[in-house]
Amino acid sequence: MLLLTCPWCGPRDETEYHYGGEAHVPYPEDPSALSDQQWAEYLFYRDNPSGLFAERWSHSGGCRRWFNVVRDTRTYAVHAVYTAADPRPEIEVNP
Amino acid sequence: MAGEFGEQKDWLWRNPDPKPSYDMLVIGGGGHGLATAYYLAKQHGITNIAVLEKGWLAGGNMARNTTIIRSNYLWDESAAIYEFSLKEWERLPGELDYDFLFSQRGVLNLAHTLQDVRDSIRRVGANQLNGVDGEWLEPDEVAKVCPIVNVSPEVRYPVLGATFQPRAGIAKHDHVAWALARALDSMGVDLIQNCEVTGFALSTSSTSGARRVVGVETTRGRIDAGVIGLTSAGHSSVLAAKAGFRLPVQSHPLQALVSELYQPVHPTVVMSNHVHVYVSQAHKGELVMGAGVDSYNGYGQRGSFHVIEHQMAAALELFPIFGTARLLRTWGGIVDVSPDASPIIGPTPVDNLFVNCGWGTGGFKATPGAGFAMAHTMATGEAHELNRPFGLERFVSGALIDEHGAAAVAH
Repeated sequence: MLLLTCPWCGPRDETEYHYGGEAHVPYPEDPSALSDQQWAEYLFYRDNPSGLFAERWSHSGGCRRWFNVVRDTRTYAVHAVYTAADPRPEIEVNP
Repeated sequence: MAGEFGEQKDWLWRNPDPKPSYDMLVIGGGGHGLATAYYLAKQHGITNIAVLEKGWLAGGNMARNTTIIRSNYLWDESAAIYEFSLKEWERLPGELDYDFLFSQRGVLNLAHTLQDVRDSIRRVGANQLNGVDGEWLEPDEVAKVCPIVNVSPEVRYPVLGATFQPRAGIAKHDHVAWALARALDSMGVDLIQNCEVTGFALSTSSTSGARRVVGVETTRGRIDAGVIGLTSAGHSSVLAAKAGFRLPVQSHPLQALVSELYQPVHPTVVMSNHVHVYVSQAHKGELVMGAGVDSYNGYGQRGSFHVIEHQMAAALELFPIFGTARLLRTWGGIVDVSPDASPIIGPTPVDNLFVNCGWGTGGFKATPGAGFAMAHTMATGEAHELNRPFGLERFVSGALIDEHGAAAVAH
């Protein structure tokens, strides 16, 4: 069970949250200008690293707000929690 | 090394050092990798090949699945490849002269809501049109097939009926891997363990700019090959990144568990999409159970405890008799889930590099079909009709094969 710290509510069990996948994937500025390949990449392709991953979580069982987490997908250790308005923090990559 | 084990002499396969080059390489020595190599050698006569495995043979998802084999998928494309696989499961033990303990005890897919019932009856109809055995059973018939299922209307999600595929069943996963490995070894194929691929050697065409794979860098040195197949399940994205492209899959932990050993009580396989657990009883006597993936991306081969708790709650509702059963062991594997819950088998953006991935939670049952289709694609450069619908291009064309829910289990 992950222990995630909601930026507004504090530390809560994973069961209070809903997973939202990769963070920092903006909606295309001009969707109609995209080729089919570019649209496929926006819709279906996401990074899937073994290591640090910036991902979205929603505190669906609490304040219902979305936020971002940098988590290591190998160890499941949480390295940073930040709001959706913030840029992804720089984190030293452990080999 | 062999001497340390005293009397044992009959090793099923050699443990060779890699040669500097092969005609073809298969990356990943799990079920799909071994099956791919098997059909390359057996069907296409290509035996100057090696299977590269970063750990030991069949130690990943092949050792971590719940061994359910069935072909009762909704869509034509899925039914074709899973039914092909099921027929191979029926045939291969004879060809390989190795008992897989393939027990065709049938699978029940329970329906708990009116929508479940409608979808299930529709799926049975689709299965029958595709030559896949299947029938719809009312609750009293469900109880005849599996007397320990609680079909009482008093429970929170009563059993309203089930689909039944009699030819489905379970097999002994280790036997499958050992049989394939022994056959490959006897055909001269090198099975190279403790050999992790760390990078790809690519050549770029000066005229077209197309990239072509010519070999791999590994922890045991450079190995050249004209054609390379990626069959590395949960780690497919990691390897694709090393070759410079992305795949539309996300890797999740998938947990399963077994109870202590009990007398035979469970005569079939029971799957419930709605309360979400699937249960069979292994030959030795353990109750084998699994359910859905953990929600988050993960490579840790472990998941969160509440997922286990949820599937235990489901199992207890369906099987009150399990109330006194005791848990022996839980584990996790890493499954690569695609957006439409269907596999990806075909070319990649790098020439001569092919991929078989995206099987998500359902890869074991497809071991022969995936290997057959992948071998055909690697040997001929063209997709077989079985895997033509399953290429990466479907995510651009929109011709998805949407098995989410349709496949008789949530992914």
